Amino acid sequence: MIVMVNYGVGNLFSLERSFNTIGQEVVVSESREIIEKADKIILPGVGAFGDASQKLKDSGLGEVICERAKAGVPILGICLGMQLLFEKSSEYGENEGLGLIKGRIDPIAQYVPRGFKIPHIGWNVLNIKKESKLFKYLSDGDYVYFVHSFCAVDCEDSVTAVTDYGAPITACVESGNVMGCQFHPEKSGKTGLNILRAFCEVE
Amino acid sequence: MITKRIIPCLDVRDGRVVKGVNFGKLSDVSSPVELAEYYSECGADELVFYDITASAEGRKLFTDVLKETASKVFIPFTVGGGINTVDDFDRVLKCGADKVSVNSGAIRNPSLVAEASKKYGAQCVVLSVDVKRVDGDFKVFAKGGRENTGIEAISWIKRCVDMGAGEVVVNSIDTDGVKKGFDIELLEKVCDAVTVPVIASGGAGSIDHFVELFSTIPQIDAGLAASIFHFGEVEIATLKRTLKEKGILMRI
Repeated sequence: MIVMVNYGVGNLFSLERSFNTIGQEVVVSESREIIEKADKIILPGVGAFGDASQKLKDSGLGEVICERAKAGVPILGICLGMQLLFEKSSEYGENEGLGLIKGRIDPIAQYVPRGFKIPHIGWNVLNIKKESKLFKYLSDGDYVYFVHSFCAVDCEDSVTAVTDYGAPITACVESGNVMGCQFHPEKSGKTGLNILRAFCEVE
Repeated sequence: MITKRIIPCLDVRDGRVVKGVNFGKLSDVSSPVELAEYYSECGADELVFYDITASAEGRKLFTDVLKETASKVFIPFTVGGGINTVDDFDRVLKCGADKVSVNSGAIRNPSLVAEASKKYGAQCVVLSVDVKRVDGDFKVFAKGGRENTGIEAISWIKRCVDMGAGEVVVNSIDTDGVKKGFDIELLEKVCDAVTVPVIASGGAGSIDHFVELFSTIPQIDAGLAASIFHFGEVEIATLKRTLKEKGILMRI
């Protein structure tokens, strides 16, 4: 059973439908009991880091996700969901994440040259740095769709793909059974569906 | 680096595509769902659905169509038409739209841009503006381009971006439908005035017009068109290949 954690941030419609399209049923749930039984966990999210991390904390769902991650359950964080896997973020003050991946979240503006528009919105190329379970059906140079103003840094060990926006921006991370995409696979056409398919096939 | 985007726009009334389309491959040429799937296959980078329905019943049909499209097409999807309140944002976002475009609704109530941006984020709010030259000045027109609001266009766009619009679609009434190319003069002025992505609309009649647009204004992010795509005068796959050959970054 694949469970998508519903903790009240963002719209899960497209993400749920994209799993259905590749023949996978997903259970969208806010229940600790259901998430505890999941074979795979999806952590979605759009919006602000502080608000989302608070919601994960208050609901106790963050704790469940961390327990399951340590038990070896494959976890995929998407966009803000990926950022929440890290230790902390400097978005509107310092906030703690789940700490499942080493590193932190900073404003993109600190890293890209002047004149680059923020948010980083649009189709950008995936430059694969390392093997990843998510890249089973991918080719180096495939395009995916990004929408974000913050990015993961100080995470060299877990970065598996970057994209170029005047500076290398973390696009995909993997640390054991914990994985994340900064872009939106559910909005990245066939390439995105192939990344979700690969995640569903992770043993 | 980020690619330039090619965006087909579909006008939908009572859940059906109007202005007709002309594709042999489609069994139902006025089905928004089929057309959206077709464009996605051809390499469209994004889709815009514009609801021109007047009735509540038609609006219901539109949201049904949105849901079905968003269940089958996995590229970014913008919805416009009849967006006057934050509740309207909510209604279309729940059906799977990624961005919402506001035009007359923002003119009537400019705080709508700020409210929606605060609630859903700037990336979700697209300002759409119809612009026409009046005595040498660029003015904002309302009601589908029929009414001169008297508002100066560049300052209006700046104001909306300051309030939280994350993207701007600039439709030139002067060049729209004429098929002699995009309104380069107007678009350059807008690009100089704002730092958010700018989408050019109105005037495309051929592949050359897109080449001219992206080569003349490097800051332009996307080109939007309707009938030339629907009638097959310009094929998206060919257009994107040609642009790439001319050195313009495209997702192929």
